[in-house]
Amino acid sequence: MTIGKARRKGLTLTQRRSVTGLLFVSPFIIGFLVFYLRSLISTINFAVSETTMAADTVGYSTSFIGLENFRYVFTEHPRFNQVLVESLLGMIVDVPLILFFSLFIAIVLNQKFRGRTVARAIFFLPVLLNAPAIFTALADVRAFMIGGTTPAPAGMVDSVSSDGTILTYYIFLLADLGLPETIIDYVIGAVTRINYVITMSGVQIIIFLAALQSISPSMYEVAKIEGATSYETFWKVTFPMVSPLLITNMVYTVLDSYITSPILLEAYQTMFGEDNYSLSAVMSLTSMVCVCGILGLVSWRVSKRVYYHN
Amino acid sequence: MQKLKNKINAMKTDKHLDNEKRRLIRSSLSFLMSIFRFGLIVGISYVILGPILGIVINSFFSDADQYNPVVLLIPQQPTLEKYKLAMTILNYWSVMRNTLIYVISLSLIQIGVCSMVGYGFARFQFPFKKILFACVIIIIIIPAHSIMLPLFTTFRGFGLLKTITPMYIMTMFGVGLRSGLYIYIFNQFFRGLPKEIEEAAFVDGANTMYTYMRVMIPNAMPAIITVTIFSLVWQYNDLFYGNIFQIPNDWSIARKLNTLLGTLGPIYRVTDPSLAQLYVYAGIVLMILPMIIIYIFLQRRFIEGVERSGIVG
Repeated sequence: MTIGKARRKGLTLTQRRSVTGLLFVSPFIIGFLVFYLRSLISTINFAVSETTMAADTVGYSTSFIGLENFRYVFTEHPRFNQVLVESLLGMIVDVPLILFFSLFIAIVLNQKFRGRTVARAIFFLPVLLNAPAIFTALADVRAFMIGGTTPAPAGMVDSVSSDGTILTYYIFLLADLGLPETIIDYVIGAVTRINYVITMSGVQIIIFLAALQSISPSMYEVAKIEGATSYETFWKVTFPMVSPLLITNMVYTVLDSYITSPILLEAYQTMFGEDNYSLSAVMSLTSMVCVCGILGLVSWRVSKRVYYHN
Repeated sequence: MQKLKNKINAMKTDKHLDNEKRRLIRSSLSFLMSIFRFGLIVGISYVILGPILGIVINSFFSDADQYNPVVLLIPQQPTLEKYKLAMTILNYWSVMRNTLIYVISLSLIQIGVCSMVGYGFARFQFPFKKILFACVIIIIIIPAHSIMLPLFTTFRGFGLLKTITPMYIMTMFGVGLRSGLYIYIFNQFFRGLPKEIEEAAFVDGANTMYTYMRVMIPNAMPAIITVTIFSLVWQYNDLFYGNIFQIPNDWSIARKLNTLLGTLGPIYRVTDPSLAQLYVYAGIVLMILPMIIIYIFLQRRFIEGVERSGIVG
């Protein structure tokens, strides 16, 4: 149909191809312009103006006030700074943990052993069960058990280790070794979050596993013939070949962590709970810029070391 | 004892036994490795399965079992009454039917639209292609969560809130739930396919649409399976878009599940939190059941699909 039309206009083959290509992509172009770009601009507009709700709380009007909202959120809002820092710190702590854990597990699952299919099926279960609805239901129950009636925030999982005494023992053990406090804190954080890390790394394991499978066996053969130990083989063959996927996985992990972060929850509650559109927009924008900054910075740092085989 | 020592000494000096020694070391190392691997896998499986098993088992507890401190894992009087009530409250069969219709139709649209767009980006040259592909990256990187406010006001302006239409509109225009990722996957996959197939189809007189439908799509099965599973699961579990667009509870089992606890007390007179918990557990099991069934059937093909699909690029 398209080609017929184009022929009548007398276009060359290249032009016809480009028209067809644009037609193929057109749904996305429309969607991007109408929903994404417009929404982004509108978010910025909300952020730099004061929103007055109409009496029916459906209509609203905006008037430009410059950066006043940003000033308010950063200097006067009771929770914002704290929640933002918490969210970003959580992200910075979790992302490397999840990446290393999933790479490690992918390497283990890539080996040949009996019951591998079962193990894989179990390890991918979290992808399926990582449902905010389930977390919310469980959190609600927990809150109900404790006696509160307010439902806990959606999509938040708290994985606090239950056995305090054993933990204290290990803390002293580590402290006796003379390790710096920050490292101890990180290790303890990692141990207490193991549940969270495991549930969050389903997709990353799949992606790393796919990358591992695509490494040609001849490379390992060469490494073996040249007398490389398995440690050397990992750093000289496996890791460089997987490294491009490191960025993909990092982006995925950061975003996954972002969409469940307390800062977005705060923005959501500011919008629906308090009907304060401007503040909510400021929060969304600020956190978005922070996350994009982190992503850009880390991919820039990492991409220098990434090895592209092709 | 002396014999053994002699043997060891002999082994130390005898050059001919070098190979044997090495083999011994290697086999014992691999044995240790397999024990370590086994422990690791069992441990992590426990972390993953533990809570699920707890939920499943507890959902079969009767009231007496729940109050009996001796009963821990195996219920003494297993009952299905929790499921019966949970099913009534969730209005299970009809909500589940609606949810599956909703989720499956959205996934089909996702596959259709995202594969088309991905194919467009992979095989055609057109002006602003680089900028447009950057837009795909943008919608991956900026989640809809950042722009929820305008999305909400836009669809409220259309008067489409509290219906399922907004999600269909968003998906149809390639900006649905994680559409950017699916476009990216399809793009990578199509780029990896040899150009010769299309050239052959073109020489044989097939037009572009025919080539796409009859040649490219059947070849893209791994990517399609990957996207199908991701899209089914994420759409099924989605709560965010459901909350933003206030999708009716009857169309989303995930949203319905969150009303379960609220209805238990006032309507069904289950006021004891430790009993209410069991009903919620039953509800959770009911919710994840269809996904588990789908997963069991598609699991093997899914992992193969991911391995062959374009994620790896």
